[in-house]
Amino acid sequence: MTTSQQHERTTDERTADSRTAWDGFRGGYWRDAIDVRDFIQHNYTPYRGDSAFLAGPTERTLAVWRRITDRFPEERAKGVLDIAYDTPSSITAHAPGYIDRERELIVGLQTDAPLKRAIMPYGGWRMVAGALRTYGYPVSPELEKVFTEYRKTHNDGVFDAYTPEILAARKAGVVTGLPDAYGRGRIIGDYRRVPLYGVDRLIAAKRAEKAALDPAPADPALVESTIREREELAEQIRALGELKEMAAAYGYDVSGPASTAREAVQWLYFAYLAAVKEQNGAAMSLGRTSTFLDVYLQRDLDAGVLTERQAQELVDDFVIKLRIVRFLRTPEYDQLFSGDPTWVTESIGGMGQDGRPLVTRTSFRYLQTLYNLGPAPEPNMTVFWSPQLPRGFKEFCAKVSIDTSSIQYESDELVRPRFGDDTAIACCVSAMEVGKQMQFFGARVNLAKTLLYAINGGRDELTGAQVGPATTPVGGVVLDYGEVLARLDQQLDWLAETYVHALNVIHYMHDKYAYERLEMALHDRDVRRTMACGIAGLAVAADSLSAIRYAKVRPVRDETGLVTDYLVDGDYPAYGNNDDRADAIAVRLVEEFMAKVRRHPTYRGAEHTQSVLTITSNVVYGKKTGNTPDGRRAGEPFSPGANPMNGRDRHGYVASALSVAKLPYEHAEDGISLTNTVTPDALGRTPEERVHNLVGVLDGYTTCRGFHMNVNVLDRGTLLDAMEHPERYPQLTIRVSGYAVNFVRLTREQQLDVVNRTFHGSL
Amino acid sequence: MTAAPTAAAPVAGRLHSWDLSTGVDGPGTRFVAFLSGCPLRCLYCHNPDTWHLRDGRRADADEILAEAAKYVEFIRASGGGATVSGGEPLLQPVLTGELLHRLKHELGLHTALDTSGFLGARATDALLADTDLVLLDIKSWDRALYRHLTGRELAPTLHFARRLAGLGKEVWVRFVLVPGLTDPAENVEGVAAFTASLGNVTRVDVLPFHRLGLAKWRALDLECTLAGTPPPTRERTEAARAVFAAHGLHAV
Repeated sequence: MTTSQQHERTTDERTADSRTAWDGFRGGYWRDAIDVRDFIQHNYTPYRGDSAFLAGPTERTLAVWRRITDRFPEERAKGVLDIAYDTPSSITAHAPGYIDRERELIVGLQTDAPLKRAIMPYGGWRMVAGALRTYGYPVSPELEKVFTEYRKTHNDGVFDAYTPEILAARKAGVVTGLPDAYGRGRIIGDYRRVPLYGVDRLIAAKRAEKAALDPAPADPALVESTIREREELAEQIRALGELKEMAAAYGYDVSGPASTAREAVQWLYFAYLAAVKEQNGAAMSLGRTSTFLDVYLQRDLDAGVLTERQAQELVDDFVIKLRIVRFLRTPEYDQLFSGDPTWVTESIGGMGQDGRPLVTRTSFRYLQTLYNLGPAPEPNMTVFWSPQLPRGFKEFCAKVSIDTSSIQYESDELVRPRFGDDTAIACCVSAMEVGKQMQFFGARVNLAKTLLYAINGGRDELTGAQVGPATTPVGGVVLDYGEVLARLDQQLDWLAETYVHALNVIHYMHDKYAYERLEMALHDRDVRRTMACGIAGLAVAADSLSAIRYAKVRPVRDETGLVTDYLVDGDYPAYGNNDDRADAIAVRLVEEFMAKVRRHPTYRGAEHTQSVLTITSNVVYGKKTGNTPDGRRAGEPFSPGANPMNGRDRHGYVASALSVAKLPYEHAEDGISLTNTVTPDALGRTPEERVHNLVGVLDGYTTCRGFHMNVNVLDRGTLLDAMEHPERYPQLTIRVSGYAVNFVRLTREQQLDVVNRTFHGSL
Repeated sequence: MTAAPTAAAPVAGRLHSWDLSTGVDGPGTRFVAFLSGCPLRCLYCHNPDTWHLRDGRRADADEILAEAAKYVEFIRASGGGATVSGGEPLLQPVLTGELLHRLKHELGLHTALDTSGFLGARATDALLADTDLVLLDIKSWDRALYRHLTGRELAPTLHFARRLAGLGKEVWVRFVLVPGLTDPAENVEGVAAFTASLGNVTRVDVLPFHRLGLAKWRALDLECTLAGTPPPTRERTEAARAVFAAHGLHAV
C-alpha cells in the first residue's frame, strides 16, 4: 500500500516534469477566455458502457475512511466532535489539517483537524455564540466585543432594516427559514477553473474585469453599482490570493494549472475548500465536476501513468473530504434541517446540447464511492436524468439507488433547454449555469397557514394576533369556495409583497457584510441572479381548497370568532391521485403566487423564481400551523416539498408522481421536489427486474415533465429497527426533500414522520 | 342525435379499484383495474374485500379507459402496460373483454389478464386474442388440497391452462407458497411438472405467503385460519423455485 502510493507520487512528479499542463488538450477558445464548458466539450470522452470496469476500495482508502468513521459515534453523541472556538474562520485562518498525512492522496481540511468545526461570525454573531454555549465551548470575550461592538454582521444589518410587518410574519411562521442569521449559500463557485487555469490566470482576468469598470459612470443609476462591483472584484482578487496561500501551507503551488489528474482533483478541492472555510452557507454545493475531472483522469490513464484502481482511489479520497464538510449550527437550525446537512451537491450525467451524453467513466466512479465507502448523505449525488442517457449508466444509477437510497434525480429535459448543459444543482433542486448564474436564496412561505389567514381575516389561528392584513373573515356555517379564494387572493398579495421585501433586505445585507468573495471570484463578473422564493404546505392548501369546493367544510369558531377547527362532511378529491379536480388547484396556487411575487422589484434586478421544496422543515412548519380544512390536525407535519399528503395518494406512486408532474416548472424554476419511498417489492421481484423497472419509472416521470425525484428503496421494518438500534445503522441513508440524511441523526419526530410517510408497497 | 350504432351504452360492471403498480402485476409499470367478485375463497387471500360483486362500485368501460388513458404517455416511456385483475375478472367476462380490447387497440398498451383460471371457460377466443399475457394462478396440484384451499375444483384451471397452451398464449404462472399447506414436495413438484408440460409458460412467480392482508380480514369481521401461519423461510422459497427451475422453467 505504502509502496503503491510512493509509486504514484513518483509517477506524478515525472509526468509533471515531462509535459505542460495542457498537453494533449484540444480546442482553442477556452485557452483565450475563461470557459470551462468549452474545454469539456472539446476534450471529454463520453462513456456508453456498463459498470464492469469499476474498481473497489483499496486498503489505503478503507484505512483513511475508518479514521473518520471511528469518530462518528462520538460526534453523533455530542452533536459536534470539536470546535475551533477562538478563531474566526477565513481561507487562511487555520493551520493545515490532515486525516492521515501519510496516506491521504488529496489533502485539506476546514480547520486543523477532521470534523473540528470552524466559527464563521460574519453571518451573525448570535448564531456562533449560541452554538458555542450549547455545546459547552467558551465564548471568547474579545471576539464577542469585536463582533458586537466593532464589526457589524449580516444578521445585525438585516434586523436594522426589517420592517415591523416582516418581523410579525417571521415570528408567526408564515414566512420561515430565512437566511438572516447565517450564510445564505446556494452559490456554486466554478471550482473547475482553478485546476484548468491556475489562480494567477484567474486573478489576471478579474483584474481586467475590474479595469473595465475604471471609468466613472455617466449614468447616475450606475454610480453606486459600479463602486460596489469594483469593491467586490477587489475582494475576489484578494480571496484568490488567499487561496494560493492556503494551498501553499499544504505544500502546493496552485498559481498555475494542474498537470496531472491528481493535481486536478487537488486543485479543485482546494478551491472548494476555500469556499467552505469562508462561508457557512445554507447549501455549499460543488457543481458539476465529474466529467471535467474525467478529462484529466482519462489523459493519465491513456498515458499509462494511472490505473483504474488509482483513478478510483483519487475519487474516493476526494469524496471522503466532501463527506466531512461541517458547519457549526444551533440545535434549532438542526431541528429545521436535520441531519447536519451541508448540501455538497454534485450534478452528474445529463445530455450535451450536441446530443452526446455528458456521462463519463468518472460519472460512474463518483457513484461507485457509495459502494466503496458505503452509503452517505453527502456529497448530495444528483443525476440529471434523460431517457436519452446511455442504458449502462441508467442501470447503474438505478442499482445504486436501490442499494443505497442515496441518489436524487432531476430532469435534464427541463433543465437543459433553460439553463444549458453546463448547469448544476445548488442545494436540492435549484438549477444554475455554473460560474454564470447565482441565486439569492429565499427559503419559503407557508401557504397552508396563509389560507387560514384568509379565512380568519389575517389573524393567526394559533395566537389570534393580527399578522396579515385585516380583511373580512369568511362567514357562514359552511365555507364558500369563491369567498375563500377571494380572501386568499388578498392575503397572498400581502404575503408576496412582505416576502420579497424581506428577501431584498437580506441579500442587500449579505452582500454588504458576508460577501462570498471566493465563490464569486469563480464566477463571471456579470452573473445572472435569481430571487429564489419558495412555498411550503402546497398539498395541505390544495387539499383544503378541494375539501371546501367538493365536500362541505364547517368552520368551528372560538369565542373571539377565530376559526380554530374545521368539520369536513363528505369526500373530496385529494392532490396525489392524478385527478385534475384537485391537481388543478395545486397548479393554480403555484401559478398565482409566482405571478404575485413577480410584481415586486428585487435587489440587483434579480429574476423571480420559486421552489416547491421544504427540505425537512415540513415537520416544523406543520407544528406551527393550526387545524386545516383538509382534516389535518394542528401540529401535524406537512408533506415534504411538493409531495401529496401522506396516505391520501391512494393509487400508487406513479399516480402520485404524475399529480406532482403537473406543477408547471416555468412557474417554479427553482425546482419542484418529490420524494418517493418504495419497498423493494414495489419495484419488482428480482434485482435485475427492479433495476429495469426503476429505469422505466424515471424515464416515464421525465417524459411526463416531472422535475425531481428522490428515490428511497427501503423496508419500513429497517427504519423501525434503526430507531431502536441506531448503533447498528451508522450509515443508513434516506432521501428527504432534496437531500439525504443519516437516518439515525434525525430527531425522533422526523424519524416518525419518515416512517409514517406513505410507503408504497406491493399490497 | 339520430340513433347511431355507437350510441349503445358502454359496457359496465363492478370495479373494486384501480392502481398503478410496478413489477407485481405483469412486466413493468402497469395500470391495473381490480374488478370485484371472486368465486374462490382462498384461505390465504390478501384481498378478501374483493370477494363480492357488491363490494365494488358501478363503473363503465369508458370511465376506466379514461383513467388508463392518463398513463399511456408514462407507460410508453417506462415500459409496462395494463392488467385486468380482481377479484376474478372472468366473473365479469363482458367487461373484462371490453377492457382488454380497448386497452390494447385504443390505447395501444400491452395487456395482461390476472386470473385463477377457474372461470377460464368464460374467456372467449376474442378476449384471449386481446390479451398479450395471462397471469395464471395454479394454487395447488393436489385436487383435495385445491378444494380445501379455495373451496372449488382444480380441473377448470388445468383445462384453461391447456387451452392457453394450445393457443400459444404467453403465460406467467403464479404459485403461492404457504407453509404447511402448499409446500409439500409432491405438491410443488406436481405444479412444476404440469407447468413445464405446457410449453407456453415464460416465467413462474413463486410467491412467499405473507400476512399483510390480515388487517382486511379483521376489518371484514372474517376469521383467517392462516393468522398463525408464518411466511416461508427464504431457504424454503428458494427450494421451491429450484423445483421449477429443475423443470427448465424460469422461476423467480
